[in-house]
Amino acid sequence: MKSDPHKNHNDNSRRKYWRENSLESSDENISGKFDWHLVKKFAPYLARYRGWTIASVVLMLLYTVFSLANPYLIGVAIDQFISHGNLGGLAIICIILIVINVLMWQAQYWQVWTMSWAGQQILYLLSTDMFTHLQQLSLSFYDRTQIGRVMSRLQTDIDVLESMLSSGLLSMLGSLVSLVGIVIAMLIMNVPLALLSFTVLPIMFVITAFWQKHAQRSFRRTRAAISVVNATLQENISGMRVIQSLAREDRNRSEFDELNAYNRDTNNDASRIAALILPLVEVVAALAIAITVLFGGVQVSRGSLTVGVLVAFTLYINRFFDPIRDISQQYSQLQRAGVAAERIFQILEMPVDIVDKPGAEELPQIEGDVEFRSVTFGYSRDMPVLRDFNLHIKAGQTVAIVGPTGAGKSTIAGLLARFYDIQQGAVLVDGHDVRDVTQRSLRSQIGVVLQEPFLFTGTIRDNIRYGRLAASDEEVAEAARAVGAHDLIAQLPDGYDTPIRERGRNLSVGQRQLISFARALLSDPRILILDEATANIDTFTELIVQQGLKRLLDGRTALVIAHRLSTIKGADNIVVLQAGRIAEQGTHAQLLQQNGIYASLYAMGFRHTSFDDIDHANIDAPSTVS
Amino acid sequence: MILPNKNQPADPLYLDTWKGNLGIYVRIIKLLRPHWKLSLGAIVCLGLSTGLALVVPWLLAWVIDTGLRHGQFSTLLLATVAILVTSSLRGLFAYGQGYLSQAVSNHVAYDLRNTLYDHLQTLSFSFHDESETGQLMSRLTVDIEAVRNFIPLGLLRGLLALVYFGAISVILFRLDWRLALVTMLSVPLLIVLSIQVSRRLRPLWLGVQNETGALGTIMQENLSGMRVVKAFAREEFAISRYDAQNRQVRELNMSAMRLAAWNQPLMVLILNAITVLIVWLGGIAVIGHQLSLGVLVAATTYILLLATPVRSFGYMVNWFLRGLSGGIRIFSVMDTAPTIADAPGAATLKHVKGQVRFEHVSFAYGNGREVLHDINIDAQPGQIIAILGATGSGKSSILHLLPRFYDVSKGRVLIDGRDVREVTLSSLRRSVGLVLQDVFLFNATLRDNIAYGVNDATDEQIIEAAKAARIHDFALALPDGYDTWVGERGVTLSGGQKQRVAIARTLLLDPRILILDDSTSSVDMETEYLIQQALDVVMQGRTTFVVASRLRTIKNADQILVLDQGSIVERGSHETLLAQGGAYTRLYDLQLREQEEFEERMMASTHGSEERKAS
Repeated sequence: MKSDPHKNHNDNSRRKYWRENSLESSDENISGKFDWHLVKKFAPYLARYRGWTIASVVLMLLYTVFSLANPYLIGVAIDQFISHGNLGGLAIICIILIVINVLMWQAQYWQVWTMSWAGQQILYLLSTDMFTHLQQLSLSFYDRTQIGRVMSRLQTDIDVLESMLSSGLLSMLGSLVSLVGIVIAMLIMNVPLALLSFTVLPIMFVITAFWQKHAQRSFRRTRAAISVVNATLQENISGMRVIQSLAREDRNRSEFDELNAYNRDTNNDASRIAALILPLVEVVAALAIAITVLFGGVQVSRGSLTVGVLVAFTLYINRFFDPIRDISQQYSQLQRAGVAAERIFQILEMPVDIVDKPGAEELPQIEGDVEFRSVTFGYSRDMPVLRDFNLHIKAGQTVAIVGPTGAGKSTIAGLLARFYDIQQGAVLVDGHDVRDVTQRSLRSQIGVVLQEPFLFTGTIRDNIRYGRLAASDEEVAEAARAVGAHDLIAQLPDGYDTPIRERGRNLSVGQRQLISFARALLSDPRILILDEATANIDTFTELIVQQGLKRLLDGRTALVIAHRLSTIKGADNIVVLQAGRIAEQGTHAQLLQQNGIYASLYAMGFRHTSFDDIDHANIDAPSTVS
Repeated sequence: MILPNKNQPADPLYLDTWKGNLGIYVRIIKLLRPHWKLSLGAIVCLGLSTGLALVVPWLLAWVIDTGLRHGQFSTLLLATVAILVTSSLRGLFAYGQGYLSQAVSNHVAYDLRNTLYDHLQTLSFSFHDESETGQLMSRLTVDIEAVRNFIPLGLLRGLLALVYFGAISVILFRLDWRLALVTMLSVPLLIVLSIQVSRRLRPLWLGVQNETGALGTIMQENLSGMRVVKAFAREEFAISRYDAQNRQVRELNMSAMRLAAWNQPLMVLILNAITVLIVWLGGIAVIGHQLSLGVLVAATTYILLLATPVRSFGYMVNWFLRGLSGGIRIFSVMDTAPTIADAPGAATLKHVKGQVRFEHVSFAYGNGREVLHDINIDAQPGQIIAILGATGSGKSSILHLLPRFYDVSKGRVLIDGRDVREVTLSSLRRSVGLVLQDVFLFNATLRDNIAYGVNDATDEQIIEAAKAARIHDFALALPDGYDTWVGERGVTLSGGQKQRVAIARTLLLDPRILILDDSTSSVDMETEYLIQQALDVVMQGRTTFVVASRLRTIKNADQILVLDQGSIVERGSHETLLAQGGAYTRLYDLQLREQEEFEERMMASTHGSEERKAS
């Protein structure tokens, strides 16, 4: 991690740090140059489908040869047979032509097919590799990266590569090969005429190079414009409720129109330039044809050239410019694909900072004893959030952590599950350093319930079962019943089969939280982390949730981060955190007696009393705090 | 999981019939109407450039037949110049065609984007409840792009192919009608082949589209729920899910590509076979002196010219299909009528006093289940109405009916005696301020976010609102003050800060009626104190509906409504409800009594200690 010297400007430096270290910066800086290092990175993927790729290239060569033979043979038919009145020869050459065309058809089919096949396999591998890699990246990556930008790499960039791999690359290669073939054929047929028609090439190159430069710039501008348009649309759709509730539609309409029009005009500018290349190639081609006809015509009239050769030659000139036209068009596509590949490999090469140690052992079934031993940790090395932090939680205890925002409460929870690696000290679970055991075995014995209960699309049942994939329907229902979610779920028209919409929007936060409790209960962890899990639940739901919570905490080691006194009061130990250090700890009663920070927090909380900060423990059997 | 197009009505237009599809194309073509000049220009350029392209082989034939035979250099030179001139002209028109067709499609994309965005703004909450952001975005991006590309790459190229075919057949018929007839043999073959392939390709592409969308959803969810994935150590599960879907996308893609790979070369083969036939039959005719060599050469050249449009047939079919499915998806949104719109002749709601009445209101969301039953509320101007109830009891639904985000199914909602359905939506919503549960901030400066609801707020007004909402001090502490950029979805602000920005935003609107969906408990106690202060200011002198969880708010309320399963089970003030001994009392006994006593004790002791200190 890079250190930032200006750490005083906390917010600014953090943003700068993100920008430098995240994927963000590379998004708009499309270099426009094709990077040949990419070919090297790409090689292993191609190598996996070596056979198919080679077959495809061979077939393409065949196809190109066949397609070049076509006009040549037509020329021969005219010169050798039609002019000389040879009916039999004409029939033979026509049969040969048919055979060649059928072969050409097959060659092209198999060539496109093998290439698409290999391309699809490669894309599939690439995207799966990328996804797998993303699963391994630690949460610190996700803390500083916008999901949308990663998504665009997994979708847009793969799409760009797809069109390149499935058609672009090969047709470009095909164009090059046929260009070479045509040049050779023209040289064989008539060297002076061929050389004569090549004289227009320098003009061609100058024009294309000039065009490239301008086109590239304007293409880049259109990409930037459309990405702003899409970002704005995305934002406005997400915020549609706010827009409608503030009756701001008219203003947004005109603001969007402005942006939309800018995008249109940028595109029109680009089209103006893009449309130039084809007519230019056309005119240069015509120049070549004109020269050939003029000189060839003179030669024909002198008898040093046959009409058939001249006809074939003009046909070749047309064909000669086809690949040039294709290449000049596809060059920009190649560049775009290069950029896309670069962005994909950026993700694939993103270092995984939390990995299982070589030979890491499975964490055996634990009791749930947790110890933080002089832990120092900061998200950035020079800004420690926790300093020399010591805390011991005995198996089965509930420890509550309180303190102001930014004191490091959630950090402690994240360290226990090894979402981040500490810089000094050790985090021990049943005496095992969390870094010495596999992440999987560690996390499968730790349950986490977050403030924002995140549900996946699928049914409610699927979501609860996420806690233990092998659980039966009865076990799912039992877990739901235990946390008090069953009645709420049963109320819904489709019960457990109710589909959950994008981010669980069709359920209230309380309902979602109850489902996430059931999910955690089903996974039956020895250690439970509640990260402000009750913060978003309204008073009435909390009555139910509290009971579910009791059931959930029963017999487990629990680390509870909470603002609500209800969740805090019953804890075996309350830790008051301030600026990464423990300021006070003890039971509720002890801390009140100390009359320190906790007591004043408590008093302040009550002066602005809310239903939320009320102890529900005495609704049913009161849990006595000793 | 991708939701099947729920918003798509079962209109015959969308059924996959020959007629329905034609209807979609006609609708797309109608989009060109406002840009008829550009479109006409593109078509004229297309015709001219095609015509000129066809002149070149004719010139070549002429050179071969007359120029070479007589060996006149001047004829040759003339032909050369003619070739150059026609080619340059052709280049000019080709440029016009290329640029104009792109320009038309840019304009159409612009129109579509504007119309669609506009329409989405008029569609009511119930629509937005049903649709996913990703799905709507894909219509605004992928589908518009498909229609946009369809115009030059599908429609115009199709036209070009037709013009080409038409012109070449005319020329061929003039050259030699027998050769022309043979050439025309290819036309029915090509048409049949295209229709057949597109019929098979269409469901494949649709499948690819849907499965890719599903893949996107899996990805999106996985990435945004990474914390949960990691917490449950479900990485492998996620990978296998993604992999299975990815595999499916690949399989579908490959079948589509296989079909396309088969089709396009086959079309070229048909054309080439016809060319060979022409050379053969033509050759026989030339040998039998029924045809001149020049005509045969010209004819083959013309037929070879057909190769370009035929080769592009494969792509064209593709663009036609994409344009079709894009068109269907776009039009299906456009054809969704907003369920909530201004009534004809709706009046502007002016000088609101703030009296609100719910009269026998029942309400059901789109799925038909009634969530509110016979609700009656009478709120006088300036009153605070506290609504209490469990999750799912219908609290939010009541709040949503007032600014008419949804329409009641029975009864009516009145503001100052006027039915909310009889006034314009914009005037209604400007009179009703909301602080929603999920605070959404826009990617803009803090100032812009506060002033989001008001057109021309002055700096003084903004600062005043910010002060009242207790966000001013925080704003000043930011590096750029009020000009500090608030990141995507306001990520750089904490929940409490966002909430206070939202309060300032509402305050600036200065609504007579206020709705607070209160979820401020996710903040620490100090922030909560600030928010409480801010809310106190906001509620002054306004009719306020608040989903309350704070004792003080509840005690201050003029009316407390206790909701249970969509019905008001108790109503009254704190005192009257306590006296009734119902649900509210039970709640109070369980949760409040002890706390109130405790608070009194705390107050007394702090008071006492302060007095002791003072003495």
